[in-house]
This record gives sequence, C-alpha cells and structure tokens, in this order.
Amino acid sequence: MLLVLVAIVVLVLASVRNLFAVVVLSGIYSFLMATVMVALDAVDVAMTEAAVGAGISTVLLLGALHLCKSEEAKPTHRPWLPLSLSLATGVLLIYGAMGLPDFADPQAPIHQHVVPRYLQNEVQVPNVVTAVLASFRGYDTLGETTVVFTAGAGVIALLRRRKPRKGGEEGRG
Amino acid sequence: MTKDLLLRVIGKLLIPFILLFALYVMFHGDYGPGGGFQAGVIFAAGIVFYALIFGMDNARKVMPDWLVEILLAAGVLLYIGVGLAGLLLGGNFLDYFVLDADPIHGQHRGIFWVELGVMITVCGVMLKIFYMFASRGRG
Repeated sequence: MLLVLVAIVVLVLASVRNLFAVVVLSGIYSFLMATVMVALDAVDVAMTEAAVGAGISTVLLLGALHLCKSEEAKPTHRPWLPLSLSLATGVLLIYGAMGLPDFADPQAPIHQHVVPRYLQNEVQVPNVVTAVLASFRGYDTLGETTVVFTAGAGVIALLRRRKPRKGGEEGRG
Repeated sequence: MTKDLLLRVIGKLLIPFILLFALYVMFHGDYGPGGGFQAGVIFAAGIVFYALIFGMDNARKVMPDWLVEILLAAGVLLYIGVGLAGLLLGGNFLDYFVLDADPIHGQHRGIFWVELGVMITVCGVMLKIFYMFASRGRG
C-alpha cells in the first residue's frame, strides 16, 4: 500500500512541470519513505528522513526556487536514452535483489558476521544503533561528521559574499 | 516576518517543544531511537521554522552567524578531542573504555560526548546552509 503511494508520487513527480509542486511532492515522498522506514523498524533512519528529507531540504529547495523561474522549461529532446538507462538499472537491481536472503532471515550472512558480537552489547547501551554508530564504528562516524563539516565549509566557500576591504584589497572567500 | 496570526501562534507554541524534543533525542539516544545526527537536524529544523515565521533578522538574533560558524567546527573538534582523550589516558584513538575507572561508564561517557559532537556539527552545518541560501534571495 505504502509502496503504491510512493510509486504514484514518483510518477506525478516525473510528469509535473511546476517546480513548486515538485518541491511539495518531494516532501511528501520523503514522508512516505520515512513511514516505510518505520514499517521496517528502522526508526532512527525514519527520523533522519523526515527531518532532513521532508523538512530542511524542502525549505532549501524552496529557497532555491525563489531564485529561479517556477516553471520547468520544455525538454529539447526526447528522454529515451535516460529512460532506458534507468529502466535497465532498475531491472538489474531487481534481478540482484532476488538473489538476496529473505527479509529478516536470521540465517542471512550479514547476521552471522559481526552482528552477534554487536548484539552481545559489551558496552551495555540499550539502543544498539547508537552503540554501533558511536562506539564500534567510531572511526566511521568521525569520518561522516568530517564529511558533514566539509559540506558546510564548501557551501561557505562558494556562497559567501565577498566584501571588498578598504584600500582595494579583496576580501577573503 | 509573516503577518499570519495562526502561523505565529502555532509557531510560538511548537518551537519550544521541537527544540526540547531535539535535546530529548540527543540525551535519550542511548536508550531510545535517535542520536546526535537526528538531534542536530531536528534542532536546526526548529530554528529554520522560527526563521520562516519570524524572519531571518530575528533568527540571526537567536543564532548569529559567528555562533553557527563556531558550532560547525566545534563539533568535529569535540569528536576528535574525545579520541585524543582516549589516547592521553593510555588507550587507542577513540577508545572509550579508558575514559572512566569503570569501562562501561567510560563507554557511555565516550558515546555521549561523541554524539554531542555530531549534533553540534550537524546543527551548525544545516543552519549555515540555510542561512546562506536564504540570504542570497535578497541581493
């Protein structure tokens, strides 16, 4: 049922020309995906999806929309090549997914490798996701935080207004 | 600033709870769903909500640009600081077991500070990107 809704939203998204409607629809899409994540018991991911996908990125897209026209221009060529490429990728992914173990199968290889040790929970934090993220995979999370920081620094470097200093010296970026 | 009375009243009612919920997600992340990233995003979303309703100038009074830029870097530095603290106390980099006499407490302490670092950086970055985008439209 949820996936049908997601499919409908995506089809409408692809066909709508008004960019405001596109932004609103992508917010709806994010909320639907967040609900899918809740249905899959991944509440942490659902919170992130709802807050980032539906909240902040919608606001950012609206801000970007403020700077440009609100109607998408007519495409100059037929989208057969991108369409066939994405269809081929989709078929390939479905074919690959058919080889995966069943959903929530305890015998799946991913549940046999390091997961038993994670679930023994030697750090005794009730939320295993937090334990894995911050403790077992602390290096990963440090890297992710650095990536987020780098993204912010990149935006500052690109968008900061340059104020010319006195004496003709150009301000730093 | 919007003139819409409904939005302003609802916003004033909801924003404290959004910020409180962010802190709850942060400090309760060991026990329930959530953690630093989610908390930072929710906190930033609360401020963005405030900025949408009451205008950028008011939001800049609450979270000035210099503060946001400090937050941006402070989180990563806090994270690395926790790692170095483990190093100084005789463990490996990002080793939390040595942060307290009781290893389990040390783990909890390490996770807490690390998650706080993630929250601060994520919140700073989200706000900074929003400020940058929002202030571009005016010029």
